[in-house]
Amino acid sequence: MSFVSPGFGGRRREHRDLPPGQYLTEDFPVLSYGPTPQVDLADWNFGIVTETGAVHGWGWEALLALPHETPHVDIHCVTKWSKLDTDWEGVSLDTLFENVETEAEYAKVYSYGGYSTNLPLEDLLDGKAWIAFGFDGEPLEPEHGGPARLLVPHLYFWKSAKWVRGIQLLLEDEPGFWEENGYHNYGDPWREQRYEGD
Amino acid sequence: MVRRLSWQVATVAEIRHETPSADTLVLDVPEWPGHLAGQHLDVRLTAPDGYSTERSYSIASAPSAGRVEITVQRVEDGEVSPYLAGVLSVGDPLELRGPVGGYFVWRPATESSGSEQPVQLIAGGSGIVPLMAMARTRAQVGSDEPFRLLYSVRSPEEAIYREELPSLGFEVTYAYTRRTPPDWPVPAGRVDAALLAATTWSPDDKPRVYVCGPTPFVEVVANVLVDAGHDPASIRTERFGPTGR
Ligand SMILES: Cc1cc2nc3c(=O)[nH]c(=O)nc-3n(C[C@H](O)[C@H](O)[C@H](O)COP(=O)(O)OP(=O)(O)OC[C@H]3O[C@@H](n4cnc5c(N)ncnc54)[C@H](O)[C@@H]3O)c2cc1C
Repeated sequence: MSFVSPGFGGRRREHRDLPPGQYLTEDFPVLSYGPTPQVDLADWNFGIVTETGAVHGWGWEALLALPHETPHVDIHCVTKWSKLDTDWEGVSLDTLFENVETEAEYAKVYSYGGYSTNLPLEDLLDGKAWIAFGFDGEPLEPEHGGPARLLVPHLYFWKSAKWVRGIQLLLEDEPGFWEENGYHNYGDPWREQRYEGD
Repeated sequence: MVRRLSWQVATVAEIRHETPSADTLVLDVPEWPGHLAGQHLDVRLTAPDGYSTERSYSIASAPSAGRVEITVQRVEDGEVSPYLAGVLSVGDPLELRGPVGGYFVWRPATESSGSEQPVQLIAGGSGIVPLMAMARTRAQVGSDEPFRLLYSVRSPEEAIYREELPSLGFEVTYAYTRRTPPDWPVPAGRVDAALLAATTWSPDDKPRVYVCGPTPFVEVVANVLVDAGHDPASIRTERFGPTGR
């Protein structure tokens, strides 16, 4: 330890489950780059588009008709807050990918409102990701990404795109919104991959 | 090329008391490359036993090599802000890295781009900080792009940069949410649709809008602007601090 802040003791809301540099919060902070999109459920649609252009789509009722899961997970935002033991309700991406045939290794996720983010496809599968529409027993609020957001708790939370509308499968990786703006391409909180080059 | 953002040790060159609860730290940062108005930096504090924690702070100053200013609002029972705005003194070292962020930024129009699109700044509390960097940058480069600022604070004493704002050459409107100055024409109250309509560029002016402040403030303001007919794509937001429930 080479650097010490003179006179800083620290409040130490430390916790063994916190990645480095993170602090614990009981609130649910909001971070987005623009106004909260208001998405009408009658128009809501979620699609997976493969590299060959095949489309698998679900409207709101069709999504809700799929088997639900209730992930209990910790979430970590790149702005340094972490929230432990959060309860969600949603559909596993394994369920949505059941009939999707693809050779692609990368996914780019798009949102209502224009946001996008990229991640390796394998980070969405095998029980690692959900399309979430419930939080803490209630419908997901718009400012937290409702009606539905992606939930990928093992990566920094900007990868968990709010107001999700679709996933484009890609043979080659392509940076999304924050990734083009100086943030890390992968975003593993445990390796503190905050910014490009970390 | 990937530019690695590495930690560096800055020195506190000066401290300015902006309000009873907010201080500006003027920092000498030998390797500071300059920045864009609206970007932030990350501060890392480390205790003698190795415990360390990080927070983000917007940059308040116009770009300049080797020097940067942040303004910190003390959050009661905060871990970091009472240290930065209270314990830290002139001459002390502070570990930081940056600049960070490429979206909530304002760049002066160049002669070739020649933009006269108005800019509306809307701040709540310490959300004024990145907007001040924009206003100072505009003054620094001698731009006459049309700016306006709506600044919501609890009381006159809590208004940051009170002395400097009127000298920056554009219209500044204050909105007081708890207590107004004497003889203020309207009672204290929250920013709402009527106030926004009366004091900010209208959707017909097609302004770019920057909104920054506590999450509930940003949420309300951005929603009202969209309802009033502003293009969501022209509204950029930065949310400070805690709650979104
Ligand atoms: C991009 C970005 C830019 C920022 N720029 C600035 C800036 O220019 N100036 C500035 O002062 N802050 C800024 N912040 C907020 C700053 O990073 C810290 O969150 C803030 O200083 C509080 O940290 P703390 O350690 O003192 O409080 P904590 O120990 O983290 O929190 C203590 C308690 O206060 C609550 N709390 C936390 N933050 C706030 C808040 N802002 N208002 C009210 N209650 C709060 C917490 O929920 C908690 O209950 C910025 C944040 C981001 C993400």
